[in-house]
Parts: sequence; structure tokens; C-alpha cells
Amino acid sequence: MVTWDPIRELERFQHELDHLFTGPSGTVHQYPSVNVWTTENEAYLTAELPGMEASDLDISVLGQKVTLSGKRQPREMNENERLHRRERLSGTFTRTLQMPFRVDAEKVAAQLENGVLTVTLPRAEDDKPKKISIQIA
Amino acid sequence: MTEATPTTPANTELKTPEVQSAESPRARRVFMPRADIYETPEAIVVLAEMPGVDEKRVDITVEKNILTLSGRVDPGPLPHGARLAYEEYEIGDYRRSFTLTDQVDKERIEASLKQGVLKVTLSKIAPAQPKKISVKVN
Repeated sequence: MVTWDPIRELERFQHELDHLFTGPSGTVHQYPSVNVWTTENEAYLTAELPGMEASDLDISVLGQKVTLSGKRQPREMNENERLHRRERLSGTFTRTLQMPFRVDAEKVAAQLENGVLTVTLPRAEDDKPKKISIQIA
Repeated sequence: MTEATPTTPANTELKTPEVQSAESPRARRVFMPRADIYETPEAIVVLAEMPGVDEKRVDITVEKNILTLSGRVDPGPLPHGARLAYEEYEIGDYRRSFTLTDQVDKERIEASLKQGVLKVTLSKIAPAQPKKISVKVN
């Protein structure tokens, strides 16, 4: 029986992901993979985190940066159970992403539904472009 | 061996496209979900990761001795006008098949879905009890 090493497994998985998500530009991504959608004044960050509970997940915002961190807990095995296959990942992760604008940390909302995290990140008021009217003398 | 053997290779990576969705006009990719399999004295349990799938969008079929788990993703609504600024993962449906051994009772398969993880419990056929035949003495 091979002992389960979550950190090593996560490293292995990151290695897998590195290869899987290495685009033509050679960019390398970390866990979890994220998508970011934007409008003029909002950004939406999504990540697939199946099986995670909201309590195992932390989101923090500072300026333009959003940090996701969490712990994926492996399922505890009972004494009379036997493991046949373990592909699902466990371990801790931290990821920081830069948004295209400063985020109003007070108004950030996060939702975890069917294992998909969606973080709504509104643009800070004082970061929004201001329209300056030109007065004709 | 009482294992539910995946018909797909063991070392297939997460989100490896299995096949192109042929039956649907939405040209959405189909991914093989990552799965854990463990055995209890009563059952074999499969935990398959299908983020973005709810219980209404799961299909479980058993044909002969092949168990197939599939899930259709609901990408959910995004605000009008939002554009994809940065993409690291693709959204797609899920499908994976496992070969069942004779130990599995095909009439007693239960499934539940929680936070994008499908749990399928395959009850084992109870071992045949030795039948005691009493010999009548005349």
C-alpha cells in the first residue's frame, strides 16, 4: 500500500496542470484553474472546486489583487474500507490573481454552487474613470 | 477482485477530453471526471467530480455490466455584456464508464450529488448462505 502524500500529490497535479494548460505563449497556471469574466465595472472570477465546502475556502482582496486559498480534505477511510482508486486531489492551495482594476473589497460576493466558485468583484468607485467636461471659455 | 474497473486508462489526466459530444448540436467537449473508488463490506462506492452539474443533469445507466456516469454542465447565467478576459479551463460535460463485476447487485445502485461530486453506491450481492438440510430420520 502506497502512503498518501497530499502535498506531493498536489505537486504532481500542478505538474500535470502545467502541462495541460501551457498555452502557445508558454503561460503556466496553478491550482485551481480560474476563468475571469469582465464588464466595465465588474469582474467575475470562477473556479471549479468540486466537493469543497465554503468553510474550507478563503477569499481576500487587496487593491487589484484577489487571493484564493483553501484546503481540500481527503475523505477519511474507515477501518473496514478498502481503497481501489484515488484520483481526486487533496491538499492546500493559495493563488493570487490581478484584476484589471482596483476592487471594492466591501462589496465582494462569493458563491459556491455545485462545486463551482463564482466571486463577484466590483470595481472601486474611485477607480472608475471620471468624465471631465471641457468648458468652453 | 471486487473492483469496479474503469474502462478508461487509469492515468488519464483531469479534464482530458474523452470524445466530442456527438448527439448534441452544442459542440461542447466531454471530459472524463476524476474519480475515487473504495469498497466497504456492503458496497463499492464511486465518487466522481462533476463541477457545474446538478442532480437534474446527471444520468446513470447500466447496460450489461457497464456502468456509465454522465453529467451535463449548466454554465449558469453571466451578466449581459460580460466578456471572457482570461481563460484557464474549459467548460464541458462529463462521461465515464466502469465495468462492474458480478458482485454488484445491478438492481441496487444508489446515487447522490453534493457540491459537484457524484456519489454512486453499488451494493454487493449478499453472499449465498449455506443452506442447511436436515435429514429426517425415519
